[in-house]
Parts: sequence; C-alpha cells; structure tokens
Amino acid sequence: MITLRINGEDRSVDAPEDMPLLWVLRDLVGLTGTKFGCGIAQCGACTVHLDGKPVRSCVLPVSAVGSRSITTIEGIGATPAGAQVQKAWLELEVIQCGYCQSGQIMSATALLNSKPQPSDADINAAMAGNICRCGTYVRIRDAIKRASGAKP
Amino acid sequence: MTRLAGGTEPADPSRRAVLKAGAAAGGALLVGFYLPVGQSAPRQAQAGSGAQRFEPNAFIRIDRQGVVTLVMPQVEMGQGIYTAVAMILAEELDAAFERVVLEHAPPNDKLYGNPVFGIQVTGNSNSVRAFWMPLRKAGAGARAMLVQAAAKVWNTDEASCRTEHGEVINDKSGKRLGYGALVDHTSGLTPPKDPPLKAVSDFKLVGQPLKRLDTPDKVNGKVQYSIDVMPAGVKFATLAICPEFGGQVGSVDDRQAKSLPGVRQVVVLDDLVAVVGDHMWAAKQGLAALKIHWAPGPHATVDSNEVWKQLRAASEQEGVVAKSVGDAARGLSQGERFEADYELPFLAHATMEPLACTVHVRPDSCEVWVGSQVLSRAHDIAAKVTGLPPEKVLIHNHLIGGGFGRRLEVDYVEKAVRIAQKVDGPVKVVWTREEDIQHDIYRPVYRDRLAATLSGGKIVGWRHRIAGSSIMARWIPPAFQKGIDIDAVDSAVDVPYDIPNLQIEYVRVEPPGVPTGFWRGVGPNNNVFAIESFVDELAKKAGQDPVAFRRALLDKTPRLKAALELAASKAGWGTPVPARNGGRTGRGVGVQGAFGSYIATVTEVEVDAAGEVHVHRIVSAVDTGIVVNPDTVIAQLQGGLIFGVTAALYGEITIGKGRVRQSNFHDYRMLRIDQTPSIEVHLVPSGEAPGGIGETGTTAGPPALRNAIFAATGIALRRLPIDRDVLAGKKPAAS
Repeated sequence: MITLRINGEDRSVDAPEDMPLLWVLRDLVGLTGTKFGCGIAQCGACTVHLDGKPVRSCVLPVSAVGSRSITTIEGIGATPAGAQVQKAWLELEVIQCGYCQSGQIMSATALLNSKPQPSDADINAAMAGNICRCGTYVRIRDAIKRASGAKP
Repeated sequence: MTRLAGGTEPADPSRRAVLKAGAAAGGALLVGFYLPVGQSAPRQAQAGSGAQRFEPNAFIRIDRQGVVTLVMPQVEMGQGIYTAVAMILAEELDAAFERVVLEHAPPNDKLYGNPVFGIQVTGNSNSVRAFWMPLRKAGAGARAMLVQAAAKVWNTDEASCRTEHGEVINDKSGKRLGYGALVDHTSGLTPPKDPPLKAVSDFKLVGQPLKRLDTPDKVNGKVQYSIDVMPAGVKFATLAICPEFGGQVGSVDDRQAKSLPGVRQVVVLDDLVAVVGDHMWAAKQGLAALKIHWAPGPHATVDSNEVWKQLRAASEQEGVVAKSVGDAARGLSQGERFEADYELPFLAHATMEPLACTVHVRPDSCEVWVGSQVLSRAHDIAAKVTGLPPEKVLIHNHLIGGGFGRRLEVDYVEKAVRIAQKVDGPVKVVWTREEDIQHDIYRPVYRDRLAATLSGGKIVGWRHRIAGSSIMARWIPPAFQKGIDIDAVDSAVDVPYDIPNLQIEYVRVEPPGVPTGFWRGVGPNNNVFAIESFVDELAKKAGQDPVAFRRALLDKTPRLKAALELAASKAGWGTPVPARNGGRTGRGVGVQGAFGSYIATVTEVEVDAAGEVHVHRIVSAVDTGIVVNPDTVIAQLQGGLIFGVTAALYGEITIGKGRVRQSNFHDYRMLRIDQTPSIEVHLVPSGEAPGGIGETGTTAGPPALRNAIFAATGIALRRLPIDRDVLAGKKPAAS
C-alpha cells in the first residue's frame, strides 16, 4: 500500500509502483476530474500539482510522488489562486467542451502562484503544454490576466 | 398528446438501484452548479398528464414545486447548445431561467429526431436552425396551456392573463399563480395547434449573452463525461484494433500479459484484442505485453501515394452535374481561362476526450454509458449486437469532451458492446490516443478542380468539379441520390458570387480501405477552401484587390457583402501588416455563406525565411441571423477558426503499408496557445432566421490564412496542410 496526500487528505492505495499517478487518481481513488488525453505528456489534460508545482500525471509513476502533497482539480478551488482562476474562467466563459480545462486551470493556477503578474511570454511558456481542441486559447489568456488582477 | 418515452425502463429493479447509487455517490447524474443537468432517468409508466406533473410535450416537464425540466434533444459537446435550447424554450415558456433543470434526451428518433435528418443527430450546425421553431412552439404551447389553467382557476378570460418568470399573472385582480401550482389544473387541456409566438422585439432571454449552464461544473472536476463513469464493480479495458485497415487477428500469445498484476482477462475478437484489468494501467500494460500476430486484410498495402493517384485519376473524368446555370461550356470558352486544382488531406478528429464507452451486458439486458452525437443509433447498435429487444437496452448519454463529427459514428459503441459480451460485469472500454488517431473515421481526401474565365474583370464561366468520398452514401443513404452527395457539394452549388454560367460536378471516389466520415466544417470545408483560394488567384489575374474583386461579385448576396465590408474595415484592409520576426507579411480574405451564416474573415500572417507561418490576427464579421446567445456565437467563431487554422498549418493523416502513420499529438500536431493569434469577431445585427455556427469558423479559417500567405509571398498554395519547404523556397509550389 502507498499512502498519498491528496487535496489535504491521506489516501492509501494498492497500486503497482510504476502505475502513473493519473490512473491512481482516476481508477483507484475515484477522482475523475483529472483527465486522460494522450498518455505521453503532450497535451496537459492530466496536470496536477505536487507541492504546488504542475506535473503531467500520465507519465509520473506513483512511487515518485513520495511525501509531496498532491492537489487535483477537485481541490484547487480551496487555494486562493485556484479560486481566482475558476472565477475568471466562468466570468469570461472560457470553457466549451471542458475536457482539457482541468489541466488548463491547474497549469494557470501554478503559473499565478509562481508569477502573480504574468506577461504574455510567461503565459505562453506556462500554458503551451496544454492543448485545447475547442480552441479556447484566446479566452484562456484573457482569463489568466483577469485572475491576476490585470485587465485583459 | 405527445408523451415522453418510457421505453428504456430497466426490467431489473436492482439496476435502478445501481443508477440511484451512482447518482448519490458521485453526483454523477447531476451536472451544473446553478442548473443541474439530469441524466435521462429511467421513467415510470406515465399516468395522465396533470396527475403528478405537467408534461405538455417532449421537451418540457413541470412539477408541483414549479421545477421546470427541459429535455435537450441535441447533445452538448462544447458548442453551447444546452444553453441555447434552454434559452429558446424558457423564452417562449416565460420560465424562470435561473431555476430550470436540464436533462439529456433518451434515445427516441420520433420525439427528438433532428427535423432536418429525421433521426436523433447533433451535427451540420443545424441544432438551432432545425429546432428554432419547434422549440419556440413547444414553449409557447405550454405557456398557453398554463394560461388556460389559470383562467379556469380564476374563472376569468385568458386574455386578461399574462405570464412572467414562471408565473401566470392577472393584472386586473392582482392574482398570481406559479407554474407549479397550476400543474393539477392542466389535466384535460390540449396544447393549441398554433400558439402565439413572441415578437422578436419582446425577447428577454434570446439575444442576451447569458452564462452557459454547463460550465460551472467544468471548472472543478465535478462534470462527468462518459469516460468518467464508474458503475459499481466496473473493470477497465483498452483495445488494439488490427493496425492495417480491414485486417484481422491472427493469433495471440497472452501468457505474459495474464501474469501481470491487475490483468483480469484478455478478450480476442475477429478484428481486435482487448485487455480487461482492475484499472486502465493494468489494461494498458497487459495490452503492451501481448504478442499479437495480425492477419493482414485486403488493404494491407494501401499507401497515401496510391490514394492520391486514384483520386487524381478519377478527378480527370467528368462528374455528375450537381448544378448548372446558364451555359457553362459557352462561358468557359469566352475571355481568358484559368484553371487550378486544390487538394485536402485525410484528417483525424482527435477529440480531447478519447473514445470511451462503458457497457454492462447481462443475459436479459444491456446498459450503456456513452457520449454520442447519435444516441438512437448508439442504442440501436447495442440492441443489434446483443440481440436484445430495444426496450432491454438502457443507454445513458453524457456531456461530450469534443465531438467534431467523431461521435456521429457508433463504431466505438459496437466494439465496446462486443467486448462487454465476454466480460462478467460492467466494463469501461477506453481507447488510447494511439488507437484513437489510428482508427478514426477520417475526413476524406478531396480534390477540387476549378476552371473559370475572366472578361472585363468579371467571372463569365465557372466549373467546379469535386472529387472525393461520399460520406452521405454510407451514413444516410437516402440522402445520396442520382450520384450526388449533397454534403460534398455544399457551398459549391451555392457559390455566393454572381456568375452567369456555371457547372458544379461531383465525382465519387472512395479511398481504398480508409473509412471516411464527417469532420467539423463538413462538405463546405473543401469547397470554401477551393473557391476562396481560386477567387483570390482570379483577382490577381484580373489585377484587382481581393476585397474589391469579391465585393463586385456579391450583389446577389447582400448579407455576405455587408459582412465582407465590415471585416475589411475592422481589419484595416489596405494598411500595411507590420512584421514582428523580420518575415514576409500579408493579409488575406475569405468569405462564405455556409450553414445559413454569412461570414467574412481577414487574416494577417508573417512567413519567415524557414517557411514557418506565424498567424498574428484574425478578424471575422458574422451575420448569422437572429442570435440566441451572442457570447456563444463569438466563442464558436474563435474556437472554430483555431480548429481550421490548426488543420491548415499541421493537419494530415498519411498512410503507409495499410496503416496510419501518425499516432499521437507529437506527430498529429495541434495549435497551442503560444501560436494563437488575436481573434476579433464582429456580429452583424440581423432579423433573419438563425443560422448555424458550430462549423463555420473551421471552414473560414483555412482560406483566409492561405490567401494571407499568397499576399505575403506570392506563392499560391494549392494543398493543405501548408508546405513550409515551398514557402522557404526549397521546392516549387505544385502547379
């Protein structure tokens, strides 16, 4: 059994060591907000935070998590930046199908935590790993600026 | 009176318990913080309307508490249709919009069939177009019945009653009754045949940028797509389909796979192998550990060269005439003649939510959890595969993580049901991205051959021959008549320009072994690209500005002309495009009248020395008739343009030795945020009937981009995706 700290709670899971965190979260813990998109860290849909840093959970073996604290989309709203991002996402009506948006919100929140006033270049660097097939990028950029307190 | 179907009621009471448990445990069946979206719940046999609730038609249900449940005939896959449908119904019903509850429609072509297709389908940008009047009448009819009921209660005349925000009000007496309180007084009432509809000027909801009803649960992980369902006891499976088109499973050595922890079962069918495990990781690991010998089928040697050779050869022949105006042969013999051929590649859909379908097959019943654009077809295929009567198949639809036409097919439902037949208990079949890309049903390759003559700066003769697969002939055979696929020639037969002599031809060419299907933008994609590219080249031949050349040909299409003028003005047409990277810059235009919407788009690009194209800015002007939700229209244009530009810059599926060569996002690339241009969408006010919008941006993106490259470099690209070597001068453009 491996003990993971997920959204502030300890969870014990019976998972093989090489099992990516994505499938542990989704199939064993039942937190399906974190999404499977590509399985090779190309699309960002599976982004979660380890001690606040964004990681692609589809390629992260669960054994590599260690004692680091995991935050998923289900828990991000409890953080100040996460709540701001969610609010901005709804105010600017960023979302279409929504499937990639868990990952987008996790990446955006991590960005704002490291750079509270991100430039366009910062946004490009932090968000280029997250694909949105509906093409909501224009609004994602505006919403990150809104969440940072800047005018889009 | 129309009654909601109760046909999918499960016979086994324990299954209902599972459903309820699922709903309670995960909030699985409720979506939406402000406005919960209910799953199409199993229904009790209905007593007469009015006994427990007021159910005037298939779309509206009101209970005694006044909860207004609206049943969504079209599926939500990001395009905002749930919000639009709810707005239209609530508008005419005068419901309290913030308190309506949405429910996915159950499978039922009769009640929820799209009026255009006659079956339950969400596609071709015709949800609002097709349902605009039926939904208004449904809302207005229900409202009229509630007024009748109130007048009866108050013993007054209906004319003295009005409705507002979920209440009937009598201004003379000052009395008010909520819709819930009137439920018990509606029995025996029949909906009026032609209920009075509101004047457009009286709309309170339609036309407002109301917040979407499906998005609040999409920011916090609560939303449940079909890939997220977790029925009690579910196992997880992933599959490998024969990598060569049409091949079969030869033999499978599963000894190593079965020894892996978590692997429960290996299912070998004729055309695929699936591994079932305790979680997706076990299933994936198990699949990787299988030694599968595939038996190649008849298409195991197909490659892209062969496909193109066949298509080009077929396009040399005359096609079936789909439209003829004037005397095309005579027109084409006058003035100066030009010809050009345009080619578009196979494309995969690559929805962000990979294909997934969960199925529980029991001896006497079957339950399916899916996200489908064609729910009744998904239901039918499950019944067909299992041999069960339709009423023994219970199917649940979900919010969809991207459709784009992929979920107009039911191949993934059929495969999941076949796998589930071999599994004890529910099994969730999830496709890897690799399977999703390599076993898509692809946007066909097309070759559009255009010829035109110019005289006095005007087009006098025009021939457009479209060669490509007929999706309609397979997907809805009755629509394929006399050798003409009405989708494949869409936007070609109704070319918006004033052309006195024209002929539009269609040549059906089916690529060997490669399945073809609808892809966002459908038929107009290739036709608008070819027409707008060609018109740009004609403008250059005529020595005219591309906007001025088009404007002079659009007198018979004034809505498009107005959109063109607005887009050109907003984009600063005629002013220089500044370079940001020291490259060649240009501005291109494209117009279209597809899907009942009139759109002009101006794109600014910069082409660098390496041939890379940087898209800086896109400006679109849109006349889509009466707008239900302007913010949704803008969002669909923004997203659709990116979808189209993505394909133009990167999209191509190629085939070698019977297999698709691409497999994931590293080699089937998507536009990312750092490459995304600024996008401005301007709406043209209109009182015309609503047009379609979901596909339009995808069709609009590529030609304006291509024409901007033409303006920047003088290079007339005639194939997509763009060829960077050509733009870098490393190889010549195709003639």
